[in-house]
Amino acid sequence: MRGAKSAKWVAIAGVVALTATACGGGDDDKGSGKVDPKGIVSYANGEPQNLLQPSNTMEAYGSVVIDALFTGLVHYDKQGNITYENAESVTPDKANKVWTVKLKKGWKFHDNTPVTAKSYVDAWNWAADPANGQQNSAWYRDIVGYDDVHPAKGKAKKKAMSGLKVVDENTFTITLKNGIPYYQYKLVYKPFFPLPAAALKDPKKYGEAPVGNGPYKFSKWDRKKLISVRTWPGYKGEDKPKNGGIDFKAYTKDTAAYADLKSDNVDTMPIVPNSELANFKNDFGDRAIVSDYSALNTVNFAFYTPQWKKTDIKVLQGLSMAIDRDTIAKTVFYGTRESATGWVAKGVKGYQDDACGKFCKFDPKAAKASIKAGGGVPGNKIQIQYNADQPHKDWVVAVCNSITKATGVKCTGDAVTDFAADTEIRDQKKVKSMYRSGWVLDYPFNGNFLADLYGTGVDGNKGGFSDPKFDKLTAEADKAKTIDESAELYQKAEKELVNSFPGIPLWYNKTLSAYSNNVKKIEFDQAGDPVLSDVEVFEK
Amino acid sequence: MPDLMKTPPADEPEVALAPPSGKAAEAGEVGGARSLWGDAWRDLRRRPLFVVSGLLILLVLLVSAFPGLFTSTDPGSGDLTKNFLGSPNLTHFFQDDWFGYDRQGRSIYARVVFGARNSVMVGLGVTLLVTFFGGLVGMLAGYFGGFWDSLLSRITDVFFGIPFLLGAMVVLNAFTDRDVWVITGALAFLGWTQIARVMRGAVITTKHADYVMAAKALGAGTKRILFRHVLPNAVAPVIVVATIALGTYIVAESTLSYLGLGFGSDAVSWGADISDATQDIRNNPHTLIFPAGMLSITVLAFIMLGDAVREALDPKLR
Amino acid sequence: MGRYVARRLLQMIPVFIGTTLLIFLMVNALPGDPVKALWGDKPPDPAQVAQIKHDRGLDLPLWEQYLHYMKGLFQGDFGNTIAGNRPILDEITQAFPVSMRLAAMAWTFELVVGITLGVIAGVRRGRIIDTTVTFFTLLVISVPIFVFGLGFQLIFGNELGWVKPTVQDSENFQQLMLPALVLGLVGLAYVARLTRTSIKENRSADYIRTAVAKGLPRRRIISRHLLRNSLIPVVTYLGTDIGALMGGAVITEGIFNVTGVGNLLYTGIARREGAIIVGIVTVLVIVYLLASLLVDLLYAVLDPRIRYA
Repeated sequence: MRGAKSAKWVAIAGVVALTATACGGGDDDKGSGKVDPKGIVSYANGEPQNLLQPSNTMEAYGSVVIDALFTGLVHYDKQGNITYENAESVTPDKANKVWTVKLKKGWKFHDNTPVTAKSYVDAWNWAADPANGQQNSAWYRDIVGYDDVHPAKGKAKKKAMSGLKVVDENTFTITLKNGIPYYQYKLVYKPFFPLPAAALKDPKKYGEAPVGNGPYKFSKWDRKKLISVRTWPGYKGEDKPKNGGIDFKAYTKDTAAYADLKSDNVDTMPIVPNSELANFKNDFGDRAIVSDYSALNTVNFAFYTPQWKKTDIKVLQGLSMAIDRDTIAKTVFYGTRESATGWVAKGVKGYQDDACGKFCKFDPKAAKASIKAGGGVPGNKIQIQYNADQPHKDWVVAVCNSITKATGVKCTGDAVTDFAADTEIRDQKKVKSMYRSGWVLDYPFNGNFLADLYGTGVDGNKGGFSDPKFDKLTAEADKAKTIDESAELYQKAEKELVNSFPGIPLWYNKTLSAYSNNVKKIEFDQAGDPVLSDVEVFEK
Repeated sequence: MPDLMKTPPADEPEVALAPPSGKAAEAGEVGGARSLWGDAWRDLRRRPLFVVSGLLILLVLLVSAFPGLFTSTDPGSGDLTKNFLGSPNLTHFFQDDWFGYDRQGRSIYARVVFGARNSVMVGLGVTLLVTFFGGLVGMLAGYFGGFWDSLLSRITDVFFGIPFLLGAMVVLNAFTDRDVWVITGALAFLGWTQIARVMRGAVITTKHADYVMAAKALGAGTKRILFRHVLPNAVAPVIVVATIALGTYIVAESTLSYLGLGFGSDAVSWGADISDATQDIRNNPHTLIFPAGMLSITVLAFIMLGDAVREALDPKLR
Repeated sequence: MGRYVARRLLQMIPVFIGTTLLIFLMVNALPGDPVKALWGDKPPDPAQVAQIKHDRGLDLPLWEQYLHYMKGLFQGDFGNTIAGNRPILDEITQAFPVSMRLAAMAWTFELVVGITLGVIAGVRRGRIIDTTVTFFTLLVISVPIFVFGLGFQLIFGNELGWVKPTVQDSENFQQLMLPALVLGLVGLAYVARLTRTSIKENRSADYIRTAVAKGLPRRRIISRHLLRNSLIPVVTYLGTDIGALMGGAVITEGIFNVTGVGNLLYTGIARREGAIIVGIVTVLVIVYLLASLLVDLLYAVLDPRIRYA
């Protein structure tokens, strides 16, 4: 363990150096080094999948860069409440159908052109046109006129969605097909960011060197190595950076990033590798980060298979009760996950404790009895499909062991090579028995975890689940007057899932990371992204 | 290829080509082979390398065939609360905790015992397939020459040109249910070229031998010449390559597991256990050492056997 | 000589077409839709999927896609990636120099250390040093490469701190040392074994006996006579290995975070970017074919008995 020793040694050397600077007269911040406002934070990222266009970015590597370069209308806080950023206000009419957006005045893009209502409306219309190949275009589908710009097949019939109207320089309205009480939450997402007019004329150039309205200005993109952004002095938002810029370093393996983080070559990483779960708290001490992350792991039933088509709900509940979530979290996950008690992740508006009740608590006797009462598992055998390119095997095996031990139902993992193959099997409805699923919030509202996943026939509902009662409740929630009311109605819908059991909730995720000795502190938000603008870098 | 498996270079065993004695072949059907193999056998029995590797292989085969003789513990069931990554207890011979427990609380000893079968089956299966098909292609190409040689050699080149690992990744990705047959088939599909090349070289050398010429002159049929005269004499280098390659196929299976392309998660195999254990390498190296050690010993045994056989067959090396 | 080379080059054409076609068909048989995979967990948008497929020519029949691909290839166009719409040539020209450097280092290592060990073991056969070398080479062959990679990384990188555990700059020779060592390890073992066997065999050859009888110095016998004749199988191996080293470093590159061909290949397969995979194979096959031609020509240099007409 020479590595550990030398780390301690560095710490001692650090103390010596500190005393020296203290003698020199610096008495800042309990002597933990001087902060350099121009210091650069480095983040262990990967190569973005697409060009850096907000409406074309949905994967993590691109998202974190886009978030540094752009600032949208609204965001949310830790409780899941809306905060205004570029928007002065976002207000619905009574039916939640027409939303009026007022912008804060004086905001500019990095090329010094003003951010206006038109910057938003034009960007959205451009991105909705399938010819421009923007992956996030489906996010505009609630807006009136979307189907003209983005027909299910063929070319756009119109260039603009009729539901978007520029009122004046700083105001525009969004008219929705149906009222949605929580629509402002969707506006947090990247396709609702603005683009400068020039970007729409030469999207490729601006995708390679994006011009945004965010706290950081694009500096360079060294393909597959590094993306640099630097603090933009003209930024008008609240979250003005406390550092000089960010270097997004491209890694291909998390273990490599971890090794670099340990030797202070990079300042933080998205999530520590599985192999270091046991070590990262020891390796980093109080620099280890464990924070809430609004994501939920489940194992879902493929209801289109003969196995689950007509099976009694008691069997499904029994299987859920047969899983010893706490022990698996403690051992396999080294205490870095929390047992789930419902179908909505923590940190979103409308989260409620214990929605699943006793059916999500480990109780081997009740599990066995419940499965027996429901007529048993057809074939007395289940399989859990997962993708082997991510570290799912350990917990799938542990879950299976737990089920077999408690109930005698034979359970095996069904490893699919990688995610691409896994999704295809799910899309084609060829899952043999059950499949693992995970959902990270799109927007911090409980409806996102419910209607978007378990509504009859919605895209996210891959298991062919259908519960008319649940559909009715979510429809009511969508018609609610206010967002709080809607969240409450969605809670009711969540409770209904106990009676139809679309999937077995397992664990809430945590963001597990750490930061280097170069920086003061790094925090992560509930979407699992680091709050990089707040990072203070020590002088070198 | 360097990462996944290095099948022994094709040229290596060609040096082992023993010039068969023409006189013996003329006299009897497989006479040439008889004296060569007989000599080899007498020589082999006296080699400690051969005896040790042979005994080891017998033991591994016994374990694969009857794992129940060695442990009565179910390798699939574990106790997370009690045995999570439990350390080995090296004095508890043949007991559950002899090699410690893995991250599912399963007995590593039981898993090593039950994992032998899949690993050995892949090794044996691939070797048999490769020897049969590769040998057939090589023999036809070498014996008939001309157009057939060009055609078969180009086909061999096509497969040889695909980097082994790349090919395996593509082929195995196409299967979602990967059992012994799929993995064996995929490795054989990509690995037969080596044997084909060796066999072709050996057959070309043999077919110009006096006794084959003589058999031809006496009016023996093609089939007869091929199977009675050429094959028995050309087969020696193939057997040597195949024995050594067998070990590398077992290694290949574990490497594929590391890439997530090995057996499904409920199958017990050394490869899968080794690759799973890599994540515990820092804190609990015992999870890695025992399956990896067993695999290495088995592979070593096969390669040593191949070496011994080669040296016995090649008078120049004696 | 010229005619021989011309004939060999002509023979390469069907092999080249065959290999690329085989890989192309295999890649297309993989489950998983590369375009839909762009959306990850989220439901893909059918109109957008159709648009992207049309853009990249993925809506054409398979044979037409292959013809298009081949046509583009002759104009130096490897096509564009599905994710990000980047020219694949850019990706390949970025990855190959890195892999070439790594492969060259590993190859040199195989050549120098492998032949040295092989010669020592072969000349002093039966002694302790021979047994040690033989055992070492066997051990290397019988342990999976990822165990070596991870083990070395842990020992030399994390525990001892001699080298950086991972490569940060794939163009830095010093950082590439450890991965090159791991990558070349198995090849080294084979080179050593080959050299040893070959030397052992040639030691009793007539020309060596003659040389010894002539009273030539031992050093001269080994270097001029024994080594030169024993190297033929070694050269063959090293020749075909250079292509394999370049294309087959998936695991080593992954463990040490090297952004070379192996890495590109891995992501290519995971994302079902058929054109990337076929593109890499195209380059690798050319490297392999040229290397084997070169090896055959080298034979003539090493063994004067071999002549190509």
